[in-house]
Amino acid sequence: MNLTLKIWRQDGPKARGELVTYQVADISPDMSFLEMLDVLNERLNAEGKEPVAFDSDCREGICGMCGLMISGEAHGPEKTTTCQLHMRSFKDGETITIEPWRADAFPIIRDLVVDRSAFDRIIQAGGFISVNTGSAPDAEAILVPKPNADRAFVAAECIGCGACVAACPNASGMLFMGAKVTHLGELPQGQPERAMRVQAMVATHDGAGFGGCTNIGECSHACPKGIPLDVISTLNADLRKAKSGRF
Amino acid sequence: MTDTMLSTPDGVGADYYRIGAPVADTQAPAGPIAGKWTQRKFDASLVNPANRRKLSVIIVGTGLAGASAGATLGEAGYHVKSFCFQDTPRRAHSIAAQGGINAAKNYKEDGDSIYRLFYDTVKGGDYRSRETNVYRLAEVSANIIDQCVAQGVPFAREYGGLLDNRSFGGVQVSRTFYARGQTGQQLLIGAYQALERQIAAGTVEMFTRHEMLELIVEDGRARGIIARDLVTGEIETHLADAVVLASGGYGNVFFLSTNAMGSNVTANWRAHRKGAYFANPCYTQIHPTCIPVSGDHQSKLTLMSESLRNDGRIWVPKRKEDCEKDPRQIPEEDRDYYLERIYPAFGNLVPRDIASRQAKYMCDDGRGVGPMVGDFRRGVYLDFADAIARLGRPAVEAKYGNLFDMYARITGENPYETPMRIYPAVHYTMGGLWVDYDLSSNIPGLFVTGEANFSDHGANRLGASALMQGLADGYFVLPNTIRNYLAKGPYPKLDADSPAVAEARANVEERTQRLLAINGQRSVDSFHKELGHIMWEYCGMERTETGLMKAIDLIRSLRAEFWRNVRVLGSADTLNQSLEKAGRVADFLELGELMCIDALHRRESCGGHFRAESQTEDGEALRHDDQFLYVAAWEYAGGSGEGEMGNPVLHKEDLVYEAIELKQRSYK
Repeated sequence: MNLTLKIWRQDGPKARGELVTYQVADISPDMSFLEMLDVLNERLNAEGKEPVAFDSDCREGICGMCGLMISGEAHGPEKTTTCQLHMRSFKDGETITIEPWRADAFPIIRDLVVDRSAFDRIIQAGGFISVNTGSAPDAEAILVPKPNADRAFVAAECIGCGACVAACPNASGMLFMGAKVTHLGELPQGQPERAMRVQAMVATHDGAGFGGCTNIGECSHACPKGIPLDVISTLNADLRKAKSGRF
Repeated sequence: MTDTMLSTPDGVGADYYRIGAPVADTQAPAGPIAGKWTQRKFDASLVNPANRRKLSVIIVGTGLAGASAGATLGEAGYHVKSFCFQDTPRRAHSIAAQGGINAAKNYKEDGDSIYRLFYDTVKGGDYRSRETNVYRLAEVSANIIDQCVAQGVPFAREYGGLLDNRSFGGVQVSRTFYARGQTGQQLLIGAYQALERQIAAGTVEMFTRHEMLELIVEDGRARGIIARDLVTGEIETHLADAVVLASGGYGNVFFLSTNAMGSNVTANWRAHRKGAYFANPCYTQIHPTCIPVSGDHQSKLTLMSESLRNDGRIWVPKRKEDCEKDPRQIPEEDRDYYLERIYPAFGNLVPRDIASRQAKYMCDDGRGVGPMVGDFRRGVYLDFADAIARLGRPAVEAKYGNLFDMYARITGENPYETPMRIYPAVHYTMGGLWVDYDLSSNIPGLFVTGEANFSDHGANRLGASALMQGLADGYFVLPNTIRNYLAKGPYPKLDADSPAVAEARANVEERTQRLLAINGQRSVDSFHKELGHIMWEYCGMERTETGLMKAIDLIRSLRAEFWRNVRVLGSADTLNQSLEKAGRVADFLELGELMCIDALHRRESCGGHFRAESQTEDGEALRHDDQFLYVAAWEYAGGSGEGEMGNPVLHKEDLVYEAIELKQRSYK
């Protein structure tokens, strides 16, 4: 396959960025999207030009480190992570625009690499259950009904990649936050801190520069793990109950 | 401490290494094995809670072993500095583990016990692990499950609300806890959340996008690290009373592995160059059920759970000329179900190393399937047609649907209709820095946990045991042993301009400048790929004396070329991913040689290490307990310059089996 790539290049956080056009030839449809970028980078290196910086680590769709805006879609045209997207999803001769996640809360570090530490700060605010090592009761002492365990699991599948934020017209982090609030809120272990958790997380989210949710649903559509939109309903319900003291 | 040079009986070793004084663990208390850990916890000094915040610990790596240790030591009140090269601690590669985590809970009342988990782990490791450490691992395994459930880890459950277990990796009891195919992810997120809670509490300082590039050793003690801020390029000095390496395994020495792109040996290797012994580096695990390589562009390999072997049948064509055919057109009588043929009792469920080696033999024989990569077809069929006929497609879908989807996404083929293709890939490294019962390396103040150490898996690791070890070390073992060391602290204050610090910083700065200054013709990746080919060919599933000697020569000349001809563009004061890779590959180029020397010196087959010269008449691995019942702990003997390794010194730790009787394994 031969492709035209328009890639966002930006030397540093403060530098001005621009889309730069590259041609790549002889791309195998069996390559992953990131392997296609590896090929481009090998060529740039050979030409004495600095390679394109982008994040990736596990390259099997679970660590959440990779994430590119590909022709306007977070993680590209398939419902998966960028690393699991393969070139057979594109047409020979196609022009592909590659940009970083765009959100005030995710400042650009270089080229396609962004700073997602705001997600960590949201977790720090309350995305945990306070239990010190060694103080846990026997695992079977806590019974969890299967429907709750299953819903907790679905929410817990979030990989923290940030596609939801990138896809949202408001750059909201509500799907990410809703996933954690739902995961922990469905479990008996998560009840004691439930009211505190949701309020602290929402306050941190809002302070980090993420926008609000207007129920458009792009986040869930873009999510490579299919986190359902109803975690945001749970988030909102929990917040309302917490504020009115009804937990 | 080095004796005069000795040659091994075949005379080969003399050219490559020297024999040094034996090494031994001195921390495991005497007495029956079941009481040792309790005794050790009692004997280990305590630190008064008020003194803990005056004591600092650096932890490198935030996978299961690092994040759990960081959270636990932070909760205890120590001042922790935690480092990871990724953008957040939640990315560490523990996250990719699929299958599950073992624990001797015996919830199924099927005869499991601490002793049985201990026994299975020692046997699975082919009697090359240290009994005391493994017993403790089995002992604390039950606490891990309690801890994780309390944190909200969503393990699979039954309708009554109780936890579900399954049998995994060929053992006969159901002791594996799991969270669909994402157990590693869920456990890591649990540990990550506990770590983030401590970051919020101020007990843990987190340094993301930081890479450790040097260990600071002052007065014989590990006192800190030199790290590079990967965003700004700044070289930073971090000092502490103790340093913990939880930086994972070194499978990426093979270039292609199931490891993450960034997984590397640099933290371990820098410590090794500063005197820490590297134990059993040749013990690598090659997993049989991975998606085969599709071309030269391949950047990593993806593992599929070996549970697939429960229902899939593995075969290759009997005739070479059939290898290009559509497999569905090859009639039954022309197929060779080779595992069922060779191992009628275990069939497709033989252990990982046997399944892997047989697949290699079939492909070496010219009967591999799939695309040509280089001169070979590297793949065998894993066929579900019989299972679909027997159980129906919905049942197969329910059991393996997510794996089939993953396979289809990567290969573009539909495994419900055409047989899957699989091939072995490097998955886990049992070797690592040598540690004693306290998880302390031979450098006081340097502790090593999880995959980064060598201690628990011997020559081969059982399925669902890596997650167990990482969390056992981090939550329960290290916090109880490191206090014995910290209790003697705080250690004398170290100045940022003391000679030890200045030397370590200068090393890092010179090395960085040198990598950028070479400006040769070849990319870092091209060296890494070539190293990977050498390692895979000569130090992979089957090793021979001549092959390993050839590999050592090839690696030495490749390393020399690297330092003459690598091209690293850009500058040191910015995010520079080529520079990061270059430093890691430079260290792999040294590690690869040590692995080959270790494999060369161990003239026996055991676990994941198969020496072609040492096999039974049936072609099975043949151990030589009379000569090799020891841990090989290697001391770096080169200079401080780049690429000049010298002849490493071998320190043997004899393995003593008191609780378990040595047996030769057989799967026929």
